[in-house]
Amino acid sequence: MTAVVTDPGKRVDDDSGELNVAVLKRNARNEVWGLLGLCSPSLFLVGLIIILPVGWLFWLSLYDENGMLSFVNYERFVEQSSYVKTFVTTFEVSFGVTAICILLGYPLAYMLSQIPRRAASICMILVILPFWTSVLVRTYAWLVILQRKGLVNDWLIDLGIINQPLALVNNFTGVLIGMTHIMLPFLVLPLYASMKSISADYQRAGMNLGAGPVATFWQIFFPLSLPGLAAGVVITFVLCLGFFVTPALMGGGKVIMWAMRMQQTTSLYANWGAGSALGVLLLAVTFGLLGFFNWLLRGQIKAAWGGK
Amino acid sequence: MSVVLSAPPISIRKIVKRFGSQDVLKDLDLNVAPGEFLTLLGPSGSGKTTLLMILAGFVRANSGSIKIGPDEVITMPPHKRNIGMVFQNYALFPHMNVFNNIAFPLKQRRVDKATIARQVEQALHQVQLDGYADRRVDQLSGGQRQRVALARAIVFEPRIVLMDEPLSALDKSLREHMQIELRSLHRRLGMTTVYVTHDQREAITMSDRIAVMNNGCIEQLDKPEILYSTPKTQFVAGFIGESNFTPVDCRDGVAWYEGRQIETRSQVPHAGQHWLVSRPEKVRVADGVNGDRGNFFTGSVREIVYQGDSFICYATLRDGQVMALRDYCRSDVLSRLPAAGEPIHLRIDAEDAAIVQAES
Repeated sequence: MTAVVTDPGKRVDDDSGELNVAVLKRNARNEVWGLLGLCSPSLFLVGLIIILPVGWLFWLSLYDENGMLSFVNYERFVEQSSYVKTFVTTFEVSFGVTAICILLGYPLAYMLSQIPRRAASICMILVILPFWTSVLVRTYAWLVILQRKGLVNDWLIDLGIINQPLALVNNFTGVLIGMTHIMLPFLVLPLYASMKSISADYQRAGMNLGAGPVATFWQIFFPLSLPGLAAGVVITFVLCLGFFVTPALMGGGKVIMWAMRMQQTTSLYANWGAGSALGVLLLAVTFGLLGFFNWLLRGQIKAAWGGK
Repeated sequence: MSVVLSAPPISIRKIVKRFGSQDVLKDLDLNVAPGEFLTLLGPSGSGKTTLLMILAGFVRANSGSIKIGPDEVITMPPHKRNIGMVFQNYALFPHMNVFNNIAFPLKQRRVDKATIARQVEQALHQVQLDGYADRRVDQLSGGQRQRVALARAIVFEPRIVLMDEPLSALDKSLREHMQIELRSLHRRLGMTTVYVTHDQREAITMSDRIAVMNNGCIEQLDKPEILYSTPKTQFVAGFIGESNFTPVDCRDGVAWYEGRQIETRSQVPHAGQHWLVSRPEKVRVADGVNGDRGNFFTGSVREIVYQGDSFICYATLRDGQVMALRDYCRSDVLSRLPAAGEPIHLRIDAEDAAIVQAES
C-alpha cells in the first residue's frame, strides 16, 4: 500500500485513450452479421420460391409462341375485347364483393367489439369456422343450396313469395354470394382488431360532452375505425382480384375472371407467354391499387382526423 | 365563463351497485355542497371510480337516487346530464385537433360558429394554452393534454365537473403544479367538483372535503385537517398519512396504557383492546416520565433513519410495539435524541392522540 501508489485516473487515460472505439464497432458489426445469418435461410427461400418464379414469369411474358422476343402478349390485352371484358368483370366482382363485405362485416365487427369478451370469442369462432373448411367444399355447398331446385328456391316457392325459381347461381349473383361468404372473415378480422383497440373512454367522453349515441358513433367511433376498415378492404379487394375456384364454379362459365383466363390460356391453349403476361398485369394492377388505396385512404383518414 | 356559475348541490342516496355477486357500492349516501371540491379517496377496488361512473351515467346502478339540485338524474342518459368530466387518460379525440376537441361539446349543443370560436379561445385562455388551437393532440405533452381535457370539460359551462384521477399520468413536479392550478380554476369558476384519487397527499392538498372509501362504503367524510388529526376508523388512520398504532385497553370510556390513563379528545369505546393512533411528527422526545398524567411511552431506540431535512426514529416500546417519531434535523432536537439501543421516552399531546376501534 505504501510502496507503489498508482494513480487510477492516469491509468484510465493511458490505455483507453480511444475509449474502446474499435472493439465497440466490431461488436456492432458482428451483431449485424449475426442477425443477417439468422435471416439468411428464409431470405434464401423467399428468393427461391417467390422472386425467381416471378422474374421468370415476367421473362416468359416477353416471348411469343415461336419463342421470339415481342410484346404480342401485351398487345392482345388492348386488341381483343374479351380481355378487356374479363378485366372489367374482375373489377366489378371485386368491388361488389368488397362492398357487400363492408355492409355485412362492419356491423358484425362493431357488435363483436362491443359485447363482453367471452361472447365475442364465441362469435369469433363462428366467424373463423368457415376458414377450416375447404373453399371447394363450401362452394359446392352453395351450389346445392342456391340451384334452381335448391333449398332457397324451394322454400321461397313453398312460402309463396315467388312463383318461378330465382337464378341465384351460374351467374354474377352466384359469384357474389359465394365470394362474399369466403371473403367476409378477411374484412372482419382486421376491422374487429382495430375496433377493439378503440378505448371505450372515447365513446364515454363523446356522450359526456353531449353527443347522443348516434352522434357519438358517427363523430367518434366511425372515424377512429377507418384505419382498420381500410386494412380489411385492401386485403379483401386484392384477394378478390386473383380469385379462381368460386367464380369458376358459381359463375357457370358466364363470369370470367382474370385467374380463370390465366388457367384457360396455360392449360387449354398451352400459351405460357400469354398466361405469364396476364399474371404480370395482375401483379402490376394489384401493386398500383395498393399504392392508390394507400394514397386515397391516407388522404381520407387525414380528412376524417384532420384539422378545422 | 369568468362569472361564478350557480353550482347546484349533489345529493346521492342509497346507491347500490353489484357486479355479479360482488357488492361494489353498498347503500352509499353522499351529499356534495354547491360549489364544493369533494374528493373520493380510497384504494383500488374501493368503489370510488364506480361511483364516479354512476354519477356520469356510464354505469347503471342497481338502485338509489342521484339528485343534482332538484332534478333526479340517475335515470337520465349521460349525454343529457350536462356534467363535465376529465378522464384519467384524458380521452382526447385523436382524430381532431385541439380546437375541435374543445368545440365538440359546443357543436353538440348547436352553438353558432362565432360563439364557439370565442368560447374555445376563452377556455384555452383559462388553462393557459392560448395559441394551441391548431395543434394535433399527438403533438402535445402530457401536461398540455391534461389542460386541453380540462378546457373541454369546462367550455360548455357544466354545473358539475367530475375528475377521474386526472393527474396520475403526470410526473411529480408537474402534478404538484397542476394541483394548484386545478384548485385555483375551481375557485374562479366555482363548479361543484367531484374528484377521484388514490393519492392521499393530492386529496389533502386540493379538497374542501374528503370522502374516504373502503369496500363500497364511505368510512369517513370530513375536512382534510380533521380527517388527518382525528381519523374515526383504523382504516382511515392507516390510509391517510403515516400512523403509529399502539394497543390500549378501554374500560368504561377510558383508555389505559401500562396503567396510565390516555388523554385524548376522541370518543373512547366502552370495552376491549383498541388502537391509539399517533402521527410520527406529533410524537416528541421527553426527558422522562413526569407525574401520572400525560401520554408517556417508554422504550428503546431501534433505528434512526436520516432523511436529509428530517429523520425518523423507530422506538421499540416495552410491549414490543414500534412507535415512530419524525422531526427536523435541528441541533436542539438532535442533541436530545438518544443513540440506537439506548432508552427513550416519548410523549403525545392529548390533541394529537386519537383512539380508533380495532377492526375485527
